[in-house]
Amino acid sequence: MVESIPNMNLALLVPALPLLGFLITGIANKRLKHNQAGIIASTAVGLSFLISVALFFMLRNSGQDAATVTLFNWIAIGNLNIPFAFLIDHLSLTMMLIVTGVGTLIHIYSIGYMHDDNRVNSFFAQMNLFTFSMLLLVMGSNYLVLFIGWEGVGLCSYLLIGFWFKNPAYNYAARKAFVMNRIGDLGFILGIILLFFTFKSVTFSEIFSQASAMQVGTPVITLITLLLLVGATGKSAQIPLYTWLPDAMAGPTPVSALIHAATMVTAGIYMIARSSILYNLAPLTLDVIIVLGMATAIFAAIIGLKQNDIKKVLAYSTVSQLGYMFLALGLGAYSTAVFHVTTHAFFKALLFLGAGSVIHAMGGEQDIRKMGGLRGKMPLTYLTFLAATLAISGIPPFSGFFSKDMILSKAFEHSPILYALGLGTALITCFYMFRLLYLVFFGENRSANAHPHESPKVMTVPLMVLAVLSVIGGFLNIPALFGGSLGFSNYLQSAVASKTTEEMSHSTEIGLIVLSVVLLAGIIYWAYQTFVKKAEIPSGDEVELPTLPRIITNKFYIDEIYRAVFEKPFGYLSDFLFKKVESTVLAPAVEEVGTLTSQLGALTRKLQRGNMSFYLFAMVAGILLFVVFILLI
Amino acid sequence: MVISGLFVVFSRSPINSVLSLIMCFIAMAGHYILLNAQFLAVVHLIVYTGAIMVLFLFVIMLLNLNKATIPQKTSVTRIAAAVAGGLFFLVMVAATRHTLEITPRYPFTSKIGLVSEVGKTLFHEFLLPFEVSSVLFISAMIGAVMFGKKDGITKM
Amino acid sequence: MKEITSVIQLIPIEHYVMLCVTLFSIGLLGILFRRNTIIILMCIELMLNSVNLLIAAFSAYHSDPSGQVFVFFIMIVAAAEVAVGLSLLVMMKRNVDSVDINLLNRLKW
Repeated sequence: MVESIPNMNLALLVPALPLLGFLITGIANKRLKHNQAGIIASTAVGLSFLISVALFFMLRNSGQDAATVTLFNWIAIGNLNIPFAFLIDHLSLTMMLIVTGVGTLIHIYSIGYMHDDNRVNSFFAQMNLFTFSMLLLVMGSNYLVLFIGWEGVGLCSYLLIGFWFKNPAYNYAARKAFVMNRIGDLGFILGIILLFFTFKSVTFSEIFSQASAMQVGTPVITLITLLLLVGATGKSAQIPLYTWLPDAMAGPTPVSALIHAATMVTAGIYMIARSSILYNLAPLTLDVIIVLGMATAIFAAIIGLKQNDIKKVLAYSTVSQLGYMFLALGLGAYSTAVFHVTTHAFFKALLFLGAGSVIHAMGGEQDIRKMGGLRGKMPLTYLTFLAATLAISGIPPFSGFFSKDMILSKAFEHSPILYALGLGTALITCFYMFRLLYLVFFGENRSANAHPHESPKVMTVPLMVLAVLSVIGGFLNIPALFGGSLGFSNYLQSAVASKTTEEMSHSTEIGLIVLSVVLLAGIIYWAYQTFVKKAEIPSGDEVELPTLPRIITNKFYIDEIYRAVFEKPFGYLSDFLFKKVESTVLAPAVEEVGTLTSQLGALTRKLQRGNMSFYLFAMVAGILLFVVFILLI
Repeated sequence: MVISGLFVVFSRSPINSVLSLIMCFIAMAGHYILLNAQFLAVVHLIVYTGAIMVLFLFVIMLLNLNKATIPQKTSVTRIAAAVAGGLFFLVMVAATRHTLEITPRYPFTSKIGLVSEVGKTLFHEFLLPFEVSSVLFISAMIGAVMFGKKDGITKM
Repeated sequence: MKEITSVIQLIPIEHYVMLCVTLFSIGLLGILFRRNTIIILMCIELMLNSVNLLIAAFSAYHSDPSGQVFVFFIMIVAAAEVAVGLSLLVMMKRNVDSVDINLLNRLKW
């Protein structure tokens, strides 16, 4: 195995610091002054980030691929031996750096954004708790610690989505998120149980070493991977469990940035990448993932075309990008998927934070039909937003281009039709993102409120840092085509088992890239024409739309279908159970027990008559019984 | 002895019951002498017949309880009581049926009933209970005196 | 003396046991039957005495003097108890003007 690296126990501090921050801000909730909670929380996450960087260098210098840090021996029953341990290897370090790095920036941003809220201390406590859970998730060395983090992020997502709980619609959204996550968690738990039965262990290293001896296509492995996929579907918002993500925009914008763009929704992808060895043994599941990812990507992109709320557009774009990542996973390109996770974290967080900046400036307005012309009023926000939009569209040399291009070329190797679909989705993505950009920042000011201003420094500095990362982040993983050496993918090679494919010829690759760039440029021009030159504003809510746009604007009525198919029958079932079973059988039964006891008591009370002769009689009877008892035994 | 016991239970007037009880005690004293328990026999006569029964008689006469004016118990109660008592008798008999096999523990001495022997045992092995019983007596005396005082208790 | 004591040993012990059990049951019956408190107290005395006799008989048969000492103590206790019991009876007579035992029925819920 691995010999222990000195000072590796530093790794314990990484999740411990946010936990400490949570405890401090949570317990001292009423007493913290203005910015103190935010500073404490950001410092905690920031220190975790620095320690993660230190761990990165330590691991590299030690020359080993992985290190395990055990906290304590958690469950030891018979053959079941589960330590509460952390696995520090290249994959977990990557995720740790993303979580703590982007997390620190978002925490700092929130100091400015949540400044006026009266529950700001709870907010930071919950954000720190979320960071702690997410770190547990990515650092766990076995499926159970991962699951603890999994549940923890689900809980914090519920708390943070419903942060402004006075509004019942927000509460509904939070509940919806939690319930949908739970549906996925059921599959996940079943998968873990099956894993334990098959491999007699839940620790990654033990499972993977046993699995590499198994055959491809074993039914048990296929079942396990499918069940784990169900869990990932719930957490990472794939079809059919994606409807919670757009509704989750009810939470504050930093929450959307941290949880629903950069970290929590990528937990499913992390989990599948971690189990790459298992997934390589189940080609059926990989095909399912391809179909699922592609369908989600296209579906969400189409819906995003017609949304009018700035955050909903970004939400559907997140779902679509997650579909891309699943597509990469299904193609066996696990490190590519993680690469896309990284770049997506950068530009999506940036997009959300920029949207938050806009909302903050517009005094809470989120409808893009009422915005416009903010380019001059908020230059920094505009520039960073532009950088992120270019990144997400896949324009070189921004980061999104590198990651998306890798996915598309892997798709092309698999089948050209897949490539075509992927390219189509990329074009749609580009269109609706630039639609968003143009409608918000260009044109004339359509809002009733006429005083948009630039955000304070505490909010713009994180924006700038993320913009820089979005621009240069791609250079982590330059393919051989441009003379690079795929640093990122090679780094991850020790942790995930990406499928090796034959290299495409360079000419094919260059041809594909040129094709995509040309088409993207065309889309940008078309969007510019539509939204800036001709100034076509999307119609208001009262206008009756023709059929197809109406269906798309109403999200293909998926929410309504779910409500009719799932929620209403459950409502009827629970009503029925309440009236017929609970009221008539269960509640009286429980009451009966109480009544019975008091009746027995009344009966026994009659024994105390106060009548002396009766007492004497009772005494004699008692002695009689006693003697008989002694005699008989 | 059994017949006088029956008289104690079933006689109408309390004075008759007292007299039958005295007769029973005298018979019992005779039995003590038969068992070579001379000290016990004499103490029995003095304490029980001489003191306790006299006390009973005093109380009956003082409080004029001789009239058998108290209504008897209901039939059901009497039958139940008879059944209980009878059952008890039967059970005890059954319990003590196997006393045939008792053999004496110590070698036979004819001296155990003598006052000196009883006194020796009393003051050697049972000294503490003897002293404690004096405390018992004092408390009984105080209790009796306290209960007997008239101090304005309201009638029920 | 020796002849008397050896004759005693010819009476088997179970006769004494039976006698005492009979006396005890009679006393018990008396307690349950009668409502007059004085009679009840007397029946209690009867029961105590039957036990006294039994212990003395066993003491004679086992040639164990501690049996007689025990009887002595029981007599002590009985005497004390009679004293207290009679004073209670006097008090009862003073309060309810009768010695019917069923009149004391306040000890209930």
